[in-house]
Amino acid sequence: MSSPLTIERTLDVEAIRRQFPIINREVKGRPLVYFDNAATTQKPAAVLDALQFYYNNFNANIHRGIHTLAEEATAAFEQTRDAVRSFIGASSREEIIFTRGTTEGINLVAYSWGRKNVRAGDEILISAMEHHSNIVPWQLLCEEKGAVLRVVPVNDQGELIMEEYERLLNRKTKLVSIVHVSNALGTVNPVKEMIRMAHTNGSLFMVDGAQAVVHLDIDVQDLDCDFFAFSAHKLYGPTGTGVLYGKKSLLEAMPPFQGGGEMIREVSFEKTSFNELPYKFEAGTPNIAGVVAFRPALDFVLKTGKNAIRKHEEELLSYAHQELEKISGLKIIGQARHKVSVVSFIIDNVHPQDIGILLDNRGIAVRTGHHCAQPLMDRFCIPGTARASFAVYNTLGEIDELAAGLKRAVNILRK
Amino acid sequence: MPLKSIVETEQEIIEEFSFFDSWDDKYEYIIELGKKLAPLDPAFKTDENRVRGCQSSVWLVAEFRDGRIFYKAESDAMIVKGLISMLIRVLSGRTPDEIIEARLDFIREIGMTTHLAQTRSNGLLSMVRQMKNYALAYKIKDPVTQKN
Repeated sequence: MSSPLTIERTLDVEAIRRQFPIINREVKGRPLVYFDNAATTQKPAAVLDALQFYYNNFNANIHRGIHTLAEEATAAFEQTRDAVRSFIGASSREEIIFTRGTTEGINLVAYSWGRKNVRAGDEILISAMEHHSNIVPWQLLCEEKGAVLRVVPVNDQGELIMEEYERLLNRKTKLVSIVHVSNALGTVNPVKEMIRMAHTNGSLFMVDGAQAVVHLDIDVQDLDCDFFAFSAHKLYGPTGTGVLYGKKSLLEAMPPFQGGGEMIREVSFEKTSFNELPYKFEAGTPNIAGVVAFRPALDFVLKTGKNAIRKHEEELLSYAHQELEKISGLKIIGQARHKVSVVSFIIDNVHPQDIGILLDNRGIAVRTGHHCAQPLMDRFCIPGTARASFAVYNTLGEIDELAAGLKRAVNILRK
Repeated sequence: MPLKSIVETEQEIIEEFSFFDSWDDKYEYIIELGKKLAPLDPAFKTDENRVRGCQSSVWLVAEFRDGRIFYKAESDAMIVKGLISMLIRVLSGRTPDEIIEARLDFIREIGMTTHLAQTRSNGLLSMVRQMKNYALAYKIKDPVTQKN
């Protein structure tokens, strides 16, 4: 609850929408309604301008150059690192590793930390609501090492069953890797409590924060997670850019993930010594433009105000629940007590793909399918869902459009 | 045996679609076609007959009779079913050579190319491939067609 002294900033959605050029486009002759934000968010003009400004003014390879352009590019690149550090509350900039995205962050940990620390018979614990990105890297690791992948089950509401989590944690559990916010259901998992339990058990904890950073306040020190991975493109930033946070002591002890330029100190054919953190994990030329243009995305969120954004998104979510539940035969998959910005649903005797095509016909973008979470769909015995996911620029009017589009689709398909 | 050639049947479909002004009307018509498609005997809905798409599934069966191929198919998604029904109308009852050489331009002409391009979202492209694969296979297997 906010203290009475806090000034509640309210959100001017129209002013926000003006910052997103793409919002003005039409699809199939109608104004775009973009409800696929859990896949990727749209970008504000400040991010787009920063991309162009970078290439127009100081495009250069970073860190090694002595010339002015290289200095300016390096400074801008490193400023984003500081901005990210502050955004997620990390204690040191060396704990911020730039990656291509969440998937690469998880793979980095599975490959580097995992191959060094996991032995035959050890266990890695994930959950039944993980994205394939937080399943496959651990599966590969377990296969290679003869370790065992264990899975925390999900209840009918789409929440993790905490008693099972507690039961599954044991002395063989080396690491727990759990999604903070489910991309398919919107469920917010109680990761802080889960991290405390894992640590008591002597296990490390990695958070897949892909969906969480844009909706929740993230303070990695408060969470006390060991690793936290997310992508810029789901946070109003450019694609191909992501962040892996790791506790410094862990990162220092980990071997490099990839070899190449930037990550070395000295190379001879006999022996290579590695650069210090964070560069040890940033082999090769990174997505410099993406990282530079990520900073205005963070600024956009901070300036708009996380509380104001959250309040707006909560309003969208509860209105969407209310309006969609009026549609006959529609069932919302994922009724967690604590959820954000995602409505996943099925409609009796209607294939999600048909819904997706007919909504697109009216300019409404939703996602249909298994959302890269096939085991979760199996859990609910469905082939997939249609999913609407919301962001700061969405309006209640757009949800009315969605509801109208759905009613129409159902009428045509059932007629 | 169909009275009209593949190209003539394609032209017929293109003309039918030319009556529709809006995308909504086009899709409503496709959905109607999907609903009219004869259901496939559940016995044929095996993994072997399944053409995999990422989201919707298609089951396809081909029967070779008197030098011609007759297709039956179904999908769990309605719009794909409608598209299937058009493909069957164009290709079923043709000789392997006719099927192999069919350009199927009508798909583009009626504005449904997106359903072929998005290989991840449905089984339509795989289905066209599979129909042509059957034609190739029967052509090789059949001594009569091989002589031609």
